[in-house]
Amino acid sequence: MLQVRDLNAYYGKSHVLAGIDLDVAPGQIVSLMGRNGAGRSTAIKAIMGLVTATGSVRFAGAELIGLKPHQIAHRGIGYVPEHRDIFPSLTVRQNLKLGLKGGRPARRWSIDELFELFPALEARADTAAGVLSGGEQQMLAMGRTLMGDPDLIMVDEPTEGLAPLIVTRVKDLLLEMAKRGIAVVLCEQKLTIALEISQRLYVVGHGRIVFAGTPAGLEADPSIRREWMEV
Amino acid sequence: MDTAFFFLFNGIVYGLLLFMLSSGLTLIFSMMGVLNFAHASFYMLGAYFAYQISTHIGFWPALIFAPLIVGCLGAVIERYGLRTVHRHGHVAELLFTFGLALLIEEIVILIWGRNPMPYSVPSELDFALFEIAGNSYSAYKIFMMLVSISMLLFLYGIIARTRIGMIIQAALTHPETVDTLGHNVSRVFMLVFGVGTGLAGLAGVIGGNAFVTEPGMARALGTIVFVVIIVGGLGSLTGAFVASLLLGVIQTTAVAVDVSLADLVATVGITTSAADANDLMHKTLSQVAPILPYLFMVLMLISRPRGLFGTRDA
Repeated sequence: MLQVRDLNAYYGKSHVLAGIDLDVAPGQIVSLMGRNGAGRSTAIKAIMGLVTATGSVRFAGAELIGLKPHQIAHRGIGYVPEHRDIFPSLTVRQNLKLGLKGGRPARRWSIDELFELFPALEARADTAAGVLSGGEQQMLAMGRTLMGDPDLIMVDEPTEGLAPLIVTRVKDLLLEMAKRGIAVVLCEQKLTIALEISQRLYVVGHGRIVFAGTPAGLEADPSIRREWMEV
Repeated sequence: MDTAFFFLFNGIVYGLLLFMLSSGLTLIFSMMGVLNFAHASFYMLGAYFAYQISTHIGFWPALIFAPLIVGCLGAVIERYGLRTVHRHGHVAELLFTFGLALLIEEIVILIWGRNPMPYSVPSELDFALFEIAGNSYSAYKIFMMLVSISMLLFLYGIIARTRIGMIIQAALTHPETVDTLGHNVSRVFMLVFGVGTGLAGLAGVIGGNAFVTEPGMARALGTIVFVVIIVGGLGSLTGAFVASLLLGVIQTTAVAVDVSLADLVATVGITTSAADANDLMHKTLSQVAPILPYLFMVLMLISRPRGLFGTRDA
């Protein structure tokens, strides 16, 4: 479904992505792991067209390199940014409606269904989103992207700064997405969640892929964890 | 009391005109981070285009076509000028809009010359609508007020009630995220720039004949519009509205008040000598009226850099 080959990106003179390769199949949960600054977030931003990159990003057979983020979104890729970027002056409902592409309803999700999954959001449907808690904002950011009906969703650090109970809700939602056939690329620092829900893991270090395999494979290789993941 | 009402009325008319200019400028700044130095030049173009059109087919078609032409011109400038310069950062953008303002002024002088144009109020509205205590209230000023309020309601309706308004509101804070949701933010920017310049053009159509249509009109009003958006708060439409009315009323009222500091201290029994007639104590408020907006801006920047309703420092 998604094939990334030799993805390179620069911030000024810094070579931040040095030839990333990765593959994602439909309905699969794939995690990108590694320390802060390793290049995980940059990799998904480059796939989304937010960072200028070279190489090849093919999605459903079409090349995405050179396309604008809104064009990539229309090809079926969704993106949830690290800082959630909730639109504070709009209500929760309006935030969700902005996720609809061209105002058309999503095939897989409806606002009512998202409200069933997140009752806290329904209770605040007509409240300005700027007043939501961190957990509620994360749910809203993910729900907003889902309203655009993506076939693949990339989520950057969804559990950062959240209480354990909310982390469980986030994990359940990611599993629910996969159950509905949506591929998930999870950019995550917490090893436990990634090991628990991912079918495939990539560890990024110094802008390169230093490990590609299954959760069992990563667990069996403590040297990778020691050298590229532990702080 | 009646005289105070008369000045308040004129101040509100002028303030609403300022808002038509500053609303576009503040929207453009909020979304694109561009302080458009050429914004008042579009006001001037609106006045000149309206004059030219009205000499052929009358004022009423000019009221429609001149803002449309100015808005389209603004959109083209954003698409093929500003967007290209944007890649080189905000300094390049500032210099671009500064150069654009000079260019528009020179083009106006080249085509229409340096003298004021005989662009006058349409005869249908050139009469006193009513009179209160000897003060005449012109029908054209009421018309200006109605056009401004209609535009204000239209703008509010678009931003608060439509999907494109929601996209604009969202893009004010997170344009990149709006783009990733599948909305073409570049096109929205172009639209906002076009609408913003079109509003400036409309202000030019209705202000050009109420005041004067000449090549210095952009420079004269441009500085006041910048004062408005700094006092109101960069990026705040509410702030722009309040500051426009405030400055409109202050400027209009101050020119009519012949009171000096010497007069004020005289009320508590302190007299100053007539030999001091040229010092600051004897300057009347009407004499210092032109500097009041700038004084207001400087005080605002010192005491509250975000302005009345802004969310970011000027």
